[in-house]
Amino acid sequence: MIIDPGMKTPLKKVKGFGAAKSGTDHFWQQRATAVANLPLVGFMVGFVIYHLNSTRADVIASLHHPVVALLLIMGLASVFWHMRLGLQVVIEDYLHTHLTKFTALALNIAYATSLFAVAAYSILKMSFAP
Amino acid sequence: MAEFALPKNSTVNTGKAWPMPQGGNIRTFRIYRWNPDDGKNPQLDTYHVNMDECGPMVLDALIKIKNEQDPTLTFRRSCREGICGSCAMNIDGTNTLACLKACDDVKGDVRIYPLPHMPVVKDLVPDLTRFYAQHRSIEPWLKTETPTPQAEWKQSKEERELLDGLYECILCACCSTSCPSYWWNGDRYLGPAVLLQAYRWLIDSRDEATGERLDNLEDPFRLYRCHTIMNCAKACPKGLSPAKAIAEIKKMMVERMV
Repeated sequence: MIIDPGMKTPLKKVKGFGAAKSGTDHFWQQRATAVANLPLVGFMVGFVIYHLNSTRADVIASLHHPVVALLLIMGLASVFWHMRLGLQVVIEDYLHTHLTKFTALALNIAYATSLFAVAAYSILKMSFAP
Repeated sequence: MAEFALPKNSTVNTGKAWPMPQGGNIRTFRIYRWNPDDGKNPQLDTYHVNMDECGPMVLDALIKIKNEQDPTLTFRRSCREGICGSCAMNIDGTNTLACLKACDDVKGDVRIYPLPHMPVVKDLVPDLTRFYAQHRSIEPWLKTETPTPQAEWKQSKEERELLDGLYECILCACCSTSCPSYWWNGDRYLGPAVLLQAYRWLIDSRDEATGERLDNLEDPFRLYRCHTIMNCAKACPKGLSPAKAIAEIKKMMVERMV
């Protein structure tokens, strides 16, 4: 919490720059991805369990089916987006100085999108493998 | 970073132990003391009260201590029946009203601190200036554009019932000061009490500024710092649920967007 030692009135401090008129998108997306995660993560876990003793060729054969590959990529998108939204809340809660906060928020987006890109690329590569 | 540890000048030291009275049913009270004028750290003073000669509530004991042992002990109180909200403090680890908390409901020593995470004016008196400014910022009064009717703004019985569980709030600040999110971000997050009050005006069938009120709340910090921790509902000495009111505001926000 930032303590302002100046002589502004309490109401001036409380009003700040006004309402950002945002936040509902974030709230709504976090709930929507949470619900989407239930079936999608279920499918991902099922896929892994199904292939526990499979060979690489078996896994690639499964991924040749577009529905399987797409469901896995959609699952990754939903999970990583949900993670980005959740971590953003943690950063906003606890980091209060501008530099650390903005750096952490930027790194959070970079981290989540990079992980998604690597994972999605891996699935696509296997899906299109001969 | 959020500060998780007390600064050095806020560390609470062991304070004075006041003499124990002879005989009777003696209870021990450990009370937070801090004087802005002596430059010392806060301390925890120990008082003993003969409960055979004292009323049942914690406020009765505090008044007895102030009257008979230590007139410098400072706290707010007024109505002594749970309607003014003045005597809100942290008793036995929970924010509540001293006038509604029975000494018998506390096991062992009765530990009393001011409301947490607010600046202290003296002893058990917190500085609630920001809390009141936040309440002012939601404009807690009826706002209308329709010309004022001759007699009154009408409201059906059902519409009036929507205010039950909201109008009873006495703004004691027990809920807001029990909320970790308010501790870390109280400068931007409005807190449970003020959001409950905001919902009280959002849901009032006579009020015509619902959209403006929602605009004023739609903010990642003002409203969305609530993470449904539920300390507010647990602490409220009037048995209200600010968490539910906040959830209803979030539902209104989504409803007007989707």
